[in-house]
Amino acid sequence: MDVEKIRNDFPILKRKINGKKLIYLDNGATSQKPIQVIDAVSNFYKKNNANIHRGIHILSEESTLMYDDSRNKVSRFIHSKNPEEIIFTRNATESINLVMYSWGKENISRGDKIVISEMEHHSNLIPWVVLAKEKGATLEYLELDKEGLIKEGELEKIKGAKFVSVVHVSNVTGVINDVEKICRTASEEGAVSLVDASQSAPHMKVDIQSIGCDFLAFTGHKMLAPTGIGVLYGKKEILDSMNPFLFGGEMVVEAHKYDMRWNSVPYKFEAGTPNISGAVGLGSAVDYLEQIGMENIRAHEKKLVSYALEKLGAVNGISIIGPQDSSRRSGIITFEVKGVHPHDVASILSEEGICLRSGYHCAQPLHESMGLQPTTRASFYIYNTEEEIDFLIENLVKVKKIFGV
Amino acid sequence: MDEIARERIIELYKNPLNFGTIPDADYTAELRNSACGDIIRIYLQVKNNKIIDAKFEGEGCAISMASASLLTDFLKGKTPEEVRNLDKDDIQKILGMDLSRNPSRLRCALLPLETAKKALAGSK
Repeated sequence: MDVEKIRNDFPILKRKINGKKLIYLDNGATSQKPIQVIDAVSNFYKKNNANIHRGIHILSEESTLMYDDSRNKVSRFIHSKNPEEIIFTRNATESINLVMYSWGKENISRGDKIVISEMEHHSNLIPWVVLAKEKGATLEYLELDKEGLIKEGELEKIKGAKFVSVVHVSNVTGVINDVEKICRTASEEGAVSLVDASQSAPHMKVDIQSIGCDFLAFTGHKMLAPTGIGVLYGKKEILDSMNPFLFGGEMVVEAHKYDMRWNSVPYKFEAGTPNISGAVGLGSAVDYLEQIGMENIRAHEKKLVSYALEKLGAVNGISIIGPQDSSRRSGIITFEVKGVHPHDVASILSEEGICLRSGYHCAQPLHESMGLQPTTRASFYIYNTEEEIDFLIENLVKVKKIFGV
Repeated sequence: MDEIARERIIELYKNPLNFGTIPDADYTAELRNSACGDIIRIYLQVKNNKIIDAKFEGEGCAISMASASLLTDFLKGKTPEEVRNLDKDDIQKILGMDLSRNPSRLRCALLPLETAKKALAGSK
C-alpha cells in the first residue's frame, strides 16, 4: 500500500494550518475525500444530472443507471446476494431509525426484550430507548469490562430476546466485537439482529454473509464518500414484510385518492428524490477502497495503532482507553491527558494543525460504564503515517508543559 | 489564541476566582454541556436588586472555568436585568478572547452565563 501515492489523491492534505502541515486524525467523525470521489460528484453534475426512475430522456436514463450502479457496488462491497437488499438513506442514524420505525414499531410489544451493548453510539442507543419506553419493552445491555470489551457470559442475555442491535467497532475504544457470534446467538434465539457498521465498513472487510445479521447500517461519509448518503442492508424477506415509514413519491406503484400499493424493495423505502450525487460519490468511494483492498487498509491501520499504543503509552500522564492488543481494536486510539481537559488538548493541538476529537464522542453510556471523564480521540485512516503520530506525541508533550502537568 | 491570553486562561483554570458555594444563596442553578461533560453550578446573592456575591462550582475545560471565574467577578454590583441582557459578545469581552471563529469553544465560554441566567429566572 503506497501511502504517499494515496496522500496525493487527497487535495485537503495539502492545506497548511498556521503554516503547518494538516494532520487529520478525526477519521472516526468523517473521512477526507479523494479527488476521484470529488470528480465523480462534480462530473455527475457537469454531465449527467437529472431526476431518476421517472424520466425517459437521456439524462434521466443515465442518472438512473449511475444510481443503480452504485447500489450494485455497495451490494458487492458487503457481499449481499441481491442489490435490492441495499437501501440508500441519509446516514447510519437514518438507517437505524428506518429499522426502528418500520420493523420495531410493528414487531416489538409490551414485555419483549431488546438487547444492545453499553458501547453503542447514541445513533444505536436512542432509537431503542425510545421504542422500549413507547412499547413497554425491556431494554438490556451487554456490559463492558475495564478494557471496554463485552464481558464474558454477557451473551446469555440474548436468551429470549426479540431484537439484538450491536456496534461492530466502538467509536471510542476501537474494540472490534465478535458480531458473528452475537448474530448467531440472536438467530438461534429467533431474534432479529442489527449491526452498526459505521466504524467498520470503512476500515475492514465487512461480509454480511459471514456476520449473519438481518440488518446492517453504515454511512458513506466515513468511507471517503460525501455526507448525506448512508446504507441500510436488510434481508430481502424481512424487508418485504415491512411497511415503509416515509411516504411520498417513488415508494408506491399505484396511488389513488383513497388507497395505494407500495413499490417493491428497495424503492418502497426511498421516498422522494434521493441523494443521487451522493450515491454516485459512494460508488466511486467503494471503487477507490476496493482498489487498495480492505485487507491492506486493515493491516495499515493495525500497524499505525500498534505504533501509537506503544509510543503514546510510554508518555507519562497519558492513559489509553481500551485493550492494548491491536488485533482486538481498529485504528482508533482514545486517551486521557491527566490534568488537562480534552477540549484544551484538542484546542492547543489544533493550532499545530492537528485535528482530533474530544468529549464523549456521542457515547455517554460507555463513558459512564467505564468510569471515564470526557476523552480525546485520534482515529486513523489510509492516508495517516507514523510520522504524524510522532508529531502528535511531540505536541501532546508540549500541551502537558503548557499546563504544567 | 495568543500566548498571554492562553497563560491567563490556564492560570484561572488552576486557580479559579470565586470558586465555592454560597450556602444561603438567593439564586442557584446548574447546567451541563452534554457534548463534553462540562458542568457549572452558580450561586448568586442579591440585595436591593444588586448582585452582592457570586460563586461557582464545577468541572470543565480551561475556557469554561476561566469564563466562570471572570463572569462571577463581573456580576458583582450588576442588576439581574443587566445580567439578562448580557450576550456572547459581552462574554468574549469579559474573557478577552475572540471566539467568533470557534463556535465549539464559544459554547464552553457561554455555559457560565447561561447558568447565571437560568439561576436568575428561577424563584428566589
